[in-house]
Amino acid sequence: MEEFIPPLPSRINYINAEYGLKSWLLTRDHKRIALLYLGSITFFFFIGGVYAMLIRLELLTPQGDLLQSTTYNKVFTQHGIIMVFFFLIPSIPATLGNFLVPMMIGAKDLAFPRINLLSWYIYMLGGGVTIYALLAGGVDTGWTFYTPFSTTFSNSYVVATGLGIFINGFSSILTGLNFIVTIHTMRAPGMTWFRLPLFIWAHYATSLVMILGTPVIAITILLLAFERLAHIGIFDPAVGGDPVLFQHLFWFYSHPAVYIMILPSMGVVSELIANFSRKNIFGYSFVAFSSLAIAVFGFLVWGHHLFVSSQSLYAGMIFSFLSFAVAVPSAIKVFNWTATLYKGSISFDTPMLYALGFIGLFTIGGMTGLFLATLGVNVHVTDTYFIVAHFHYIMVGGAIFGYLGGLHYWWPKISGRMYPDGWGRFSALLIFAGFNLTFFPQFVAGYLGMPRRYHAYPPEFQVFNVLSTAGASILAVGYLIPAVYLVWSMRYGKVAPGNPWHLPGLEWRTQSPPPTENFDYTPVVTWEAYEFAPPEEMEVVGKYHDQTAEKV
Amino acid sequence: MAESYVEHEVSHPALQHHFENLEQQREAGTLGMWVFLVTEIMFFGGMFLAYTLYRSKFPAAFAIASNHLDIKLGAINTAVLIFSSFTMAMAVYNTQVGKRRAQIISLVLTIVLGLGFLGIKAVEYYQKYEDHLIPGSLIPGNPFNPDPHEMHLTPGGSMQHVQMFYWIYFAMTGMHALHMIIGVGLLSFLLYFSVKGRYSPEYHNPVEVIGLYWHFVDIVWIFLFPLLYLLGRHTGGH
Amino acid sequence: MSEHIVPVKVYISIFLALMVGTAVTVLAAFQNFPGALNVIVAMTIAVVKATLVVLYFMHVRYSARLIWVIVASALFWMGILFALTFSDYWTRCWLGCT
Repeated sequence: MEEFIPPLPSRINYINAEYGLKSWLLTRDHKRIALLYLGSITFFFFIGGVYAMLIRLELLTPQGDLLQSTTYNKVFTQHGIIMVFFFLIPSIPATLGNFLVPMMIGAKDLAFPRINLLSWYIYMLGGGVTIYALLAGGVDTGWTFYTPFSTTFSNSYVVATGLGIFINGFSSILTGLNFIVTIHTMRAPGMTWFRLPLFIWAHYATSLVMILGTPVIAITILLLAFERLAHIGIFDPAVGGDPVLFQHLFWFYSHPAVYIMILPSMGVVSELIANFSRKNIFGYSFVAFSSLAIAVFGFLVWGHHLFVSSQSLYAGMIFSFLSFAVAVPSAIKVFNWTATLYKGSISFDTPMLYALGFIGLFTIGGMTGLFLATLGVNVHVTDTYFIVAHFHYIMVGGAIFGYLGGLHYWWPKISGRMYPDGWGRFSALLIFAGFNLTFFPQFVAGYLGMPRRYHAYPPEFQVFNVLSTAGASILAVGYLIPAVYLVWSMRYGKVAPGNPWHLPGLEWRTQSPPPTENFDYTPVVTWEAYEFAPPEEMEVVGKYHDQTAEKV
Repeated sequence: MAESYVEHEVSHPALQHHFENLEQQREAGTLGMWVFLVTEIMFFGGMFLAYTLYRSKFPAAFAIASNHLDIKLGAINTAVLIFSSFTMAMAVYNTQVGKRRAQIISLVLTIVLGLGFLGIKAVEYYQKYEDHLIPGSLIPGNPFNPDPHEMHLTPGGSMQHVQMFYWIYFAMTGMHALHMIIGVGLLSFLLYFSVKGRYSPEYHNPVEVIGLYWHFVDIVWIFLFPLLYLLGRHTGGH
Repeated sequence: MSEHIVPVKVYISIFLALMVGTAVTVLAAFQNFPGALNVIVAMTIAVVKATLVVLYFMHVRYSARLIWVIVASALFWMGILFALTFSDYWTRCWLGCT
């Protein structure tokens, strides 16, 4: 590839279109809102990361020496709440999704730009309330808020934290609503449903989960707060209520919420695998519909969290069966990605390393999920580190790998600069190694019986915890490196051309960074998704725009 | 590909920059409201689930508690709300056909009926307050403490379960009333702009979309009324 | 999705039908029907009333298929919430309760 380094982009783009704080805080441009989200979720990620570090340091030794048990309860609770509600759920949809959904379908913006901005403010308000709760004294119920502990016995800031999550839920609902309407009504001429990039299908499915699930957690948390404040008794067994009802309502949202985290990541990985193999995805419609299938099946399995909560055994059997069923569409994706790689011209750029890491780690996370869906095994490993390892393989090995891969892949488009490739590959490998060293030993420790949520443990588990803490240190360094070089590249990185990877997608057919309205004209789509022309022609596609960029 | 494909119609002042034309904008607005109503259904769904569960667990207490609600006020309120839904539909109709005066009158009527509903609801709430039927310690200094004799508490019905009914009653009707208040606010916004003459047969999506919301709130009440006020009357109410 | 203007006559008939429905459901509530029939009658009337509002006041009868799908999916997901939750409560005592 010939280096193409024009002088600094002299052309108007969404970043230099307007200056000043006000132009950012009152923007309705989906791309700027995506950057607002990117900054805020990174902030929450580092708060959650500090809590993770405290957990790992405490668990380095079997004695509870660094933190008291009550402090430890707060630390793991807050790690979970911050990471789940304020990082993982908005991570890909609110940043990459916000940036790319309109661009990939050839629209000027999301359908409701003001609502999009509102969703960011709601997110910040919810985050602010939650931070207040943490500073005021924290919360110690576990991120699951199980009753009656959360309603009657806990002495921590349950209501304030719940309020933060309740508020934040609206941000998620509004994002989902915006995506669904945009994908339905704003596609460019010629952009039929089956020409949509798989990233869009994944976001459509994610949005379905957001709008169907989030309201249920909202009402549940509201009822929980009233119950705690006024001692009313809908979840309190002492006055005829049923605490298991809380668990049903909670997991009706919170299990599908896992798919809010993983589906967008799968969308990113589908893009990466096809584009870095320079091959059309194997079985496009299977990959597209498996996203929808995951969204639907995801709502049918929540009862596997209640196997030991006095849920009926018969319901347990139903939920166990349905949980196995949800593995089918997930497996379809993994098989199709693998088949796409076959005979592709694969390049191991940084995003591709994350995508390949995702496939391996998600497979391990998914397979151990099947162990947990099995009634008997579940009883054996319930509330052990096996569970912790399982869901971190999905949430970190899956969701975060997809997020980082996508962030690198689209970074030239977002910032107009290339990231340093050597550092990128190095940190991708470092994160992969650190991640496995952190969480694989937890499978073993959990299987051998180490319980979760304890700050002290029998000495025979120490070896696993030392390995895990060592891995976490490597992982932390691995996260810091991209944070540093991505910020660095915004000023000093090589200027990115419009189409640095020579790809056919619509988002690559405009300049980097894009103008405020994304395209100079409404594009007309005449090609299928992942339709690769010979490399020379793709180069022309990119050059064409860079040259027009110079002319203006 | 860089060519203008869609003919831009002469731009209507209400057309937002990122839409190609008013038709697309209207479609997006309507679809957006429907998707929002789906979230509303799920939001109320959680409470309907709790209602169904506890009613099947404590039928006797729920019947007793339900019979103590004021069926006359409930029925009148149902009629008021249905009437307001009708005037809302007429507001949409009059905007579509461009009768501005009739449009404004329909909107005013809808607002008045909405406020009427809320007024009657407030009277009912006040009665419950007087009878110490507000559950838990929701109102400080006036805990749940009804007169068992007045409640006609029969064997099989425990006062705790009566309280459960009243909590579900207040949670559901309270949430419904909150939606009514928001609805009245939205209607006032509509009224303001329709007096200013913003809505016309070409552009009336806000009227239509807020209408959808208003009808949805009506539908919630159509279910709440029989579930809360009527079930149990046949076991001998007032 | 072209717009359809519903005639006033239709709105008035629907309004009257809803009022009649309200009266019938109140009257029916005081009859002592056998078994669970009271619930069934009340819920049937409520569903009919709601359907009328959705189809005519909310124009779904004249709307694009997409709107039908959205309404149906909302009901479907409510169905999931109820069916799977009650799969627990209904079967909880099959092995005996203490």
